[in-house]
Amino acid sequence: MTFDLFLQHLSNGISLGSLYALIAIGYTMVYGILRLINFAHGDIFMMATYFAFFGIVTFGIPWYITFPVILVLTALLGMTVEATAYRPLRDAPKISILISAIGASFLLENLAIVLFGGVPKPFPTPDVFTDVVKIGTVSIQKLTFYIPVVTVIFLIGLTYLINKTKVGMAMRAVSKDHETARVMGINVNQIISLTFGIGSTLAAVGGIMWGLKFPQISPLMGVIPGMKCFIAAVIGGIGNIKGAVIGGFILGVGEILLVAFLPDLTGYRDAFAFVLLILILLYKPTGIMGEQIAEKV
Amino acid sequence: MKRNLMLFFMAVLVVAVAITGCGEKKDSNVIKIGVFEPITGANAAGGQLEVEGIKLANKLYPEVLGKKVELVIADNKSDKVEAATAAARLVEKEKVTAIIGSWGSSLSMAAGDIVKKGKVPTVGASCTNPLVTKGNEYYFRVCFIDPFQGTVMANYAFNKLNAKKAAIVQEVSNDYAVGLANYFTENFKKLTGDPNCVVAVANYNTGDQDFSAQLTNIKSKNPDVIFAPGNFTESALLISQARKLGITCPIIGGDTWETQEFLDIGKKAVEGVVFSTFFASETPITNESKTFLEEYRKEYKKEPAAVAALGYDAYILILDAIKRAGTTDTVKIREELAKTTNFEGAAGFISLDENGDAVKDAVIKHVKDGKFTYLDTIKP
Repeated sequence: MTFDLFLQHLSNGISLGSLYALIAIGYTMVYGILRLINFAHGDIFMMATYFAFFGIVTFGIPWYITFPVILVLTALLGMTVEATAYRPLRDAPKISILISAIGASFLLENLAIVLFGGVPKPFPTPDVFTDVVKIGTVSIQKLTFYIPVVTVIFLIGLTYLINKTKVGMAMRAVSKDHETARVMGINVNQIISLTFGIGSTLAAVGGIMWGLKFPQISPLMGVIPGMKCFIAAVIGGIGNIKGAVIGGFILGVGEILLVAFLPDLTGYRDAFAFVLLILILLYKPTGIMGEQIAEKV
Repeated sequence: MKRNLMLFFMAVLVVAVAITGCGEKKDSNVIKIGVFEPITGANAAGGQLEVEGIKLANKLYPEVLGKKVELVIADNKSDKVEAATAAARLVEKEKVTAIIGSWGSSLSMAAGDIVKKGKVPTVGASCTNPLVTKGNEYYFRVCFIDPFQGTVMANYAFNKLNAKKAAIVQEVSNDYAVGLANYFTENFKKLTGDPNCVVAVANYNTGDQDFSAQLTNIKSKNPDVIFAPGNFTESALLISQARKLGITCPIIGGDTWETQEFLDIGKKAVEGVVFSTFFASETPITNESKTFLEEYRKEYKKEPAAVAALGYDAYILILDAIKRAGTTDTVKIREELAKTTNFEGAAGFISLDENGDAVKDAVIKHVKDGKFTYLDTIKP
């Protein structure tokens, strides 16, 4: 294996890893506040790609208008899911909410099959994103540069929001104790709703990036990325935003290098993520960044 | 009051069950034919094309033995486990006389034992893996099989593309793709006389979206041609990623690529790819082809794909076998199906060999200006 070849693999890995990281942040945010694994996250991600498809292909709206609108629409969708599937169960045992999350996920998937049909659709890809840049012998899509940048922007923005603003303080308070936060005059429902809105916006950003990178969308497209990003969040220490980013990169780069260096194991590519999950849960259940409580949402 | 209401509802329920119960009794004036296809999931576009052909055939030939033919569509969801369930539903619950399908050899194989045990004659439209019909006297098909298709593509790569080194990317969880890749390798080795002519073999799973690692490895081996049989969705993504990584050699594949989605997803990247298939609307073969083309264009306002013609053929072949048998007895229908020789279908004449496989010509197509275009016909 030459050095150039290795660099190409590495750039492929980073490109995939930063996508995982972006989606994992959304998972981790919601978990940090609610202690709830939002299984519908992958499906909200899928819905966002369909919104983009309809905006650009069906209605012919330019991408730079469509994408921001989608972020808002997806945030609203996330808030609606929260208000209908999770809020009524706020005081129920955790397991009920978990089941409700799985229900919401299936509902969205099947709704998409009924509304949009089961046939995969092409995702619109403006050239600005998909053009290829050549550095030496390494070919890199422009998108590969954009995704980590977007991920880092969101990482910084969210860290600021959570640690430095009043809303962030309220979020942290809610994550510690709902009841006490309510007594202190925090509108718990509003804060949770907002968290879901932000989490879903992240899912939408992830969805758009995913669609640009893999321009094919289908109602069940959120399942595997959803699982993998959940694993990325656990590896990094669920509830921890920096951890989610690190977990995403580990998973993405690891997956690519596995396929690159051990081609015989290609079929176990998805299994790799799950094996990693089992190992983390066995040996370091809190994840890589788990012990630093300060970052917790 | 509450109890009365309860009683009333119970009475309604009993009546309802009685009525539907009567409805479910086998209606002797209807012959049910099961359509076992992927309507949702990764293979949905292919499955729906076949269903279009089948529905058209049903519209043109709605009766046999003086009875109405009813299509019972069962979605196998592009999933092997769901496929077994869907097939069992058709055989046990719907009690169909015959079954058509499925797009995708793996899905067809999942139904193999069920139709064999239930003694329901089944005709595959475009499932090309030899194992679908092998050792199963109830499974037939109206298309050629992979050894032929693999040979055709190996010949094409060697003779027309002057390729000496090939790389293979196969969808390893798909029996169709693996079969095709094996037959290609075998014949390509024979043609080149070089045991090392296949310089790289890369695998991926159904549903994978990222192929960058496999393609980067292939690029470093610098092959003359890439043979990449697989589903149209994965293949379209694979080809566009290959082009983005700077791989410029020809990419060739199998019949599964011929769907509109392949073009939509692959866009400019799939321009120039070559694949083998069953039928080209540019060169109608039989009188039935002309009827089919005319009616298809009228009904769906587009050019038919090969698999639509094969779905159509599977239906009219079953109807013909029922007519020849003169009964809806499934064992007799099977016997008649096995005897099929020179049956005039839309996608060419069908003669079934001892395994129940059709022996017929292959057509080579390529993508030109964003359309599938006829290139060549290859005799068996």
